Amino acid sequence: MTGTFTVRIGRLSRRVHTRALIVAVLLLLAATACVAASLMLGSRSLTLTEVLTALGPDARGPNRLVVVEWRAPRALAAGLFGACLGISGAIFQSLTRNPLGSPDIIGLNTGAYTGVVFVITVGGTGFLAYAAGAMIGGLGAAALVYLLAFRGGVRGFRLIIVGIAVSAMLTSVNTWFSVKADLGEALRAAVWGAGSLNAIQWPPVILASIVAGLLALALPVAGRRMRQLELGDETAVTHGVPVERSKILLSAVGVGFTALVTAAAGPIAFVALAAPQIARRLSGRPGSADLVGSALVGSVLLGGADLIAQHAVPDTPLPVGAVTVLLGGAYLVWLLLHEQRRR
Amino acid sequence: MPPASGFDSGATSGSRASFPAVPGPLALGRRRRLFWLTVAFGTLLLAIAASLAVGSAPLPLTTVWAALTRPDGSLDHLTVLDLRVPRTALAVLVGAALGLSGALIQALTRNPLADPGILGVNAGAGFAIVLGVALFGVTRIQQYLWLGFAGAVIAALVVYVIAARGPGGANPIRLTLVGVALSAVLSGASSTLALIDPQTFDRMRYWGAGSIADRPDGTIAAILPFIAAGLLLGLACARPLNALALGDDMARAVGARITFTRAAGMVAVTLLCGAATAAAGPIGFIGLMVPHAVRWLTGPDQRWVLPFSLILAPVLLLVADVIGRLVVWPAELQVGVVTALIGAPVLIALVRRAKAAAP
Repeated sequence: MTGTFTVRIGRLSRRVHTRALIVAVLLLLAATACVAASLMLGSRSLTLTEVLTALGPDARGPNRLVVVEWRAPRALAAGLFGACLGISGAIFQSLTRNPLGSPDIIGLNTGAYTGVVFVITVGGTGFLAYAAGAMIGGLGAAALVYLLAFRGGVRGFRLIIVGIAVSAMLTSVNTWFSVKADLGEALRAAVWGAGSLNAIQWPPVILASIVAGLLALALPVAGRRMRQLELGDETAVTHGVPVERSKILLSAVGVGFTALVTAAAGPIAFVALAAPQIARRLSGRPGSADLVGSALVGSVLLGGADLIAQHAVPDTPLPVGAVTVLLGGAYLVWLLLHEQRRR
Repeated sequence: MPPASGFDSGATSGSRASFPAVPGPLALGRRRRLFWLTVAFGTLLLAIAASLAVGSAPLPLTTVWAALTRPDGSLDHLTVLDLRVPRTALAVLVGAALGLSGALIQALTRNPLADPGILGVNAGAGFAIVLGVALFGVTRIQQYLWLGFAGAVIAALVVYVIAARGPGGANPIRLTLVGVALSAVLSGASSTLALIDPQTFDRMRYWGAGSIADRPDGTIAAILPFIAAGLLLGLACARPLNALALGDDMARAVGARITFTRAAGMVAVTLLCGAATAAAGPIGFIGLMVPHAVRWLTGPDQRWVLPFSLILAPVLLLVADVIGRLVVWPAELQVGVVTALIGAPVLIALVRRAKAAAP
């Protein structure tokens, strides 16, 4: 195949697709631009120089407060969470061999929503209560799905059916709440459920970064296993890949990435679904999963969406999740519309 | 390139990986399938009877029968004739439409995760209604019906046109992706509009739950022609869909008209799901899961999957509706809420049994 070159460093060598590399660099630039714009824009508009000064070691005054304390956590969260969701989506779509695959199919986000609904019902407020509710609800649902699907081993197909069934039941509970609760509570749950970065601050961002960093350590192995499993289970076995263990590893990593985002910002929809598909089409290799590309696309997608969410409607910050689906969906439609007869 | 649709659970890889080959132990022979189809139909009749008899005023079946044959204008008879008969009829229509359209869409997209809403039908209906409510102050539920239907049809049409423009025509993966993408855009727009304006949110949360109670007069008459046409067209697709399951190339080789079948199937799904959603709001789970359960019973032959789905989906919807009237008696739960709560445990039990019996 043309369009590739090989990088050699000592005994290590790696084939690099030129187009994928260019796309990755451009995406990285776009993600950086999103972060920069997020730091600059707002009711107190700053120039790039002012932002850089404020970020410097001996900055003082209101600019430092605005940039470092208010805007930076949000800008970083958008970029980081987008990447997490992109990776998670790529893993699950590869694992299930289905473009609709996502951690959602094992009830993660629906369970998180149920958890938060419960927190709201018992009168809990504040970030920590919501995050705890989301975490317990989401992981609880995932554990329930695994438990119900377990019968002398967990088979992919049964896991998915049980996942859909449990999700559907939890969705019913959530709908029921939305209809029965008073308007204020229902609206609060709905805003959380759309996914929002409006109130994010440093502590959750730092915590999420640490968790994401730890999970990222597994990615080189995970990426290799994904490509091996895509050959088909039998072929993978003959190549000496521990199939079942790889699947468990991949699910755990994928669930981890989504769970940390959901706990911190609510279930931000569609990034996990769209990012891998967009990345495949941008890199010109629609057949293969691409962790780096998916992460970068996710990052740009969420970063851009958050800019719009903050500034599109004056004085009414939108939940970023609502914008993500709009933006990501429209872009995916456009990509599909212009897909060339390639390959 | 890996097979991008269908789940590969190890033993089922190969060119026909569209649906996992689970049916083995439960799949029945032709005579027993006919027997079970009769049983399913009997269950449907029982469910209809229950739906006529049960409610905030429980009535004995003799009273129901008297109301149907010799109505005397008493309160009980009016309850049956004016409230429960239309509601039950609507449940049967909506259930049949969702069940058949679910089976069709899973066959058309060769994706067992597809539900009829995947073509953008639910999102289109929802968006049209949100627009009506938020921008034009629509408040009457009669107007919801036509807005919803128009939105559903337009959304599905756009999905098909976009999917068909690409390389290889409207193949299953493109249909799925375009449908999901467009649904996302529409639902994102809907939720943005709803979250900006609490009043719109308030109206949409009730529509979004899905209900067949208290529909305005004329709902059934309005959707009946569309659902009837959709049912006929859908059932006529059974045989060509069997060919399509072989993959596009094989299907062409055995003489199936791929584009025609796909277009016909899409039209049927749009009519069925669009009409059902317009009348009852988005009722999930039935279209996704009834065909699944049915395939364990019948195997992948669409000539059996379609009729079984057609009969069993209304059974689930009716039972859910009856239970919804009982659990918080004398109040009611929306059928859209109850459906999954009773359907999902059955499904989990089925999937655990199916695999336990498998080698």
